Amino acid sequence: MHMADALLSPAVAATMYVASGSAAAYSISKLKKDDEQSKLPVMAVSAAMVFAGQMINYTIPGTGSSGHLCGGMLLSALLGPYAGFLSMITVLTIQCLFFADGGLMALGANIWNMAFYGCFVGYFLIWKPIMGSSLFGAKDDHNAERLRIILASILGCVVTLQLGAFSVVLETTLSGIAELPFSAFAGLMLPIHLAIGLVEGLITAAVLTFVYEARPELLQCVGAAAKTGSKMSLKQTITVLAVITCLVGGGLSLYASSNPDGLEWALFGNADGGYAQNMGLNEEEFGISSQAAETASAIQETTSFLPDYAFKDNDSAAGTTVSGLLGSAIVAAAAVLICMAGGFFRKKKTA
Amino acid sequence: MNKIDQALTEFREMDELADQDSPVHHFPALVKLPLTVIYILTVLSFHKYDLSGLFVMILFPLFFFQLGGISVRRCLYRLRYVLPLVMAVGILNPLFDRSVLLRIGNVNISGGWISMLTLMMKGVFSLMASYLLVASSGIGRICAALRRLHVPAVLVTLLLLTYRYVTVMSEEAAVMTDAYHLRAPKQKGIEYSAWGSFLGQLLLRSMDRADEIWQAMQLRGYHGHFHYVGETPASLKDWLTGILLAGLFVFCRCWNVTALLGSLFV
Repeated sequence: MHMADALLSPAVAATMYVASGSAAAYSISKLKKDDEQSKLPVMAVSAAMVFAGQMINYTIPGTGSSGHLCGGMLLSALLGPYAGFLSMITVLTIQCLFFADGGLMALGANIWNMAFYGCFVGYFLIWKPIMGSSLFGAKDDHNAERLRIILASILGCVVTLQLGAFSVVLETTLSGIAELPFSAFAGLMLPIHLAIGLVEGLITAAVLTFVYEARPELLQCVGAAAKTGSKMSLKQTITVLAVITCLVGGGLSLYASSNPDGLEWALFGNADGGYAQNMGLNEEEFGISSQAAETASAIQETTSFLPDYAFKDNDSAAGTTVSGLLGSAIVAAAAVLICMAGGFFRKKKTA
Repeated sequence: MNKIDQALTEFREMDELADQDSPVHHFPALVKLPLTVIYILTVLSFHKYDLSGLFVMILFPLFFFQLGGISVRRCLYRLRYVLPLVMAVGILNPLFDRSVLLRIGNVNISGGWISMLTLMMKGVFSLMASYLLVASSGIGRICAALRRLHVPAVLVTLLLLTYRYVTVMSEEAAVMTDAYHLRAPKQKGIEYSAWGSFLGQLLLRSMDRADEIWQAMQLRGYHGHFHYVGETPASLKDWLTGILLAGLFVFCRCWNVTALLGSLFV
C-alpha cells in the first residue's frame, strides 16, 4: 500500500507531511513528558524486528499465496501508540530511503496511511477499549484475554487497513493524477485490502497471543497494565466506529452512484433535485462556467505550459509538436552522452 | 537467495556506495537534502500532459549519477517496489482519457497515453533523485543533516538506532527462515501453526536485547543525543551551487526547454 511520489501532487504531499508531522510532534512531546528516553532502544529494536518480520512470508492455508505482518497494530500493542507511531515512522523512512518502497515526497502520506491509523486509531479505538472490557469473560480470565487479543488484532488490522486504503484513493484522487474514477478506484482497493487486513490480523493475533503466553507484561493494557482502565467503554467505542463506518460508507455510496462525476455531484447536486440539497454551492458561481472558474482559467493560462502541445485540428501548433519531439530527441541524445562520458572518465580513472 | 538476504545485500550495497569518493559524495548532505526535495517537488508539479517539458528533468539525476560513479541500472532495479502501484493507476489512463491530444503523422495519441507516460516518468525521476541522495550520503550524513535542519533528536536517534538494528534483526530472521525451510523444504512460507511462535520468539529475544543496548548506551555516557562525525560543513560555495541548481529546476519547470531546444532546429 506504499504510495509513490508520482501519485501525489505537491499540495497533497505537503498537506500529508504537515498532518503526519503534527502527529509525530505530539508523540515526541508525550514521550518526553513521560520521560521515556529509555524506551528508545526498545523502539528501535522493535521497529527493526517489524522490518524483518514484514519480509517473512506466512502461508495462508488453502491458498497458494502468503501474507505479511501488520506493523502498526503490533507496535502499538507492544509499545503504546506514541512510541509505536514513531517506530513505524522509522520503518517507513528506511523502506523509503533504502528500498524505494514509497517515495520521499510520499513519505508523509505513507506515514499517515500506515502508521497513524495503525497506531492511533488501532490503539485508542480498538485495542485499548477491547482489552479494557470484560468481553468473553472476566478481566483476569486467561482464555477471555486471549480471545480479546485475537479480536482486537483482527478488527484493528481490518479497520486500519481499510482506512489506509481509502486514504490512498482519496489522496490520489485529490492529486488529480488518475483518470480512474474515485468510485471504481475505491471499489478496487477496499475489497483487496479487506482480505489483506484479515490475513494480517490473523498473523498479528498469532504473534501477540504467543507474546501473551510467554511474557504478558510486554503487552499494553493487558493484565496489571489494564487495571488503569480505558477512558472509553466498549459500547462508546462501537458507537464511534459505527459512526465512522456510516460516514465513510455514506461517502462511498455517494461516490459509487451511477453519476459519472461523483465529486461534482456532491458539490453541486443534480439538475433534477435542484441545488437545495447540495453543499450550499451553486453552479453559476462556482461551476464550470462561473466567474470563479473564468478567473482560475485565466490564471492557469498564464502559468500553463500545456499550450505548447499541438492539439488535434490545430495546425498552428503543428510546428510546436515537431519542436517538442525534436527537443525530446536532443534531450535523449544528451542523456546518452552524459552516460557515455561518465563511463569514459571512470575507465580512464581505473586505467 | 531469500527476500531477507536480498534486502541485506541491498543495505550493504548502499553503504558501500555512500563510502565512495566523488564530488557528489563530498557535496554536503545539508544542501543535497533540500535540493532533492526541490527537485522532486518540481518534477511532481509538471502538468499531466506536459511530457516534453518533464523529459528534460532526466538530465539532472543522470549527470550526478555519472559524476558520482553510481550505477543507474542498480537504481532502476529498485523500480520493482515503486512501479506496481504507479502502473496500476496509470495503465487505466488510456482507457478513461481518450481525447486526442497529439497527432504524429496519421497516428493519434490520446491524452491518456501522454498522462500515463508522464506519471511513469515522474515515478522514475523521483526514485532516481532519492536514490542519489542516499547512495551519495549514507544514513549517518543524512541524519546529521536532519539534525541541522532541526528535526527532533528523538526521531533522528531512533532512525539511526533502527538502521543499525535492521541489519542485525534481518540477519537473525534470515537464519531462522533458512533453518525453517531446511526442515520443511516443500513449504513456500511459514505454516499457520508456527505463525505466532516464529516471529514471537524473535520478538522476545529483541526485547531482551533492547534492555542490554540501553544499559550499554548509558555506560558509554549517552545523555540524549548522538555526536555525528564525517559530515562536511556546508560552505557558501555549496549553498550557491545548491541555489543555482534549484534555479535551474525552476527554469526547466517554467520554460519548456525541450521544445526550446527543438525550435532551434525547426
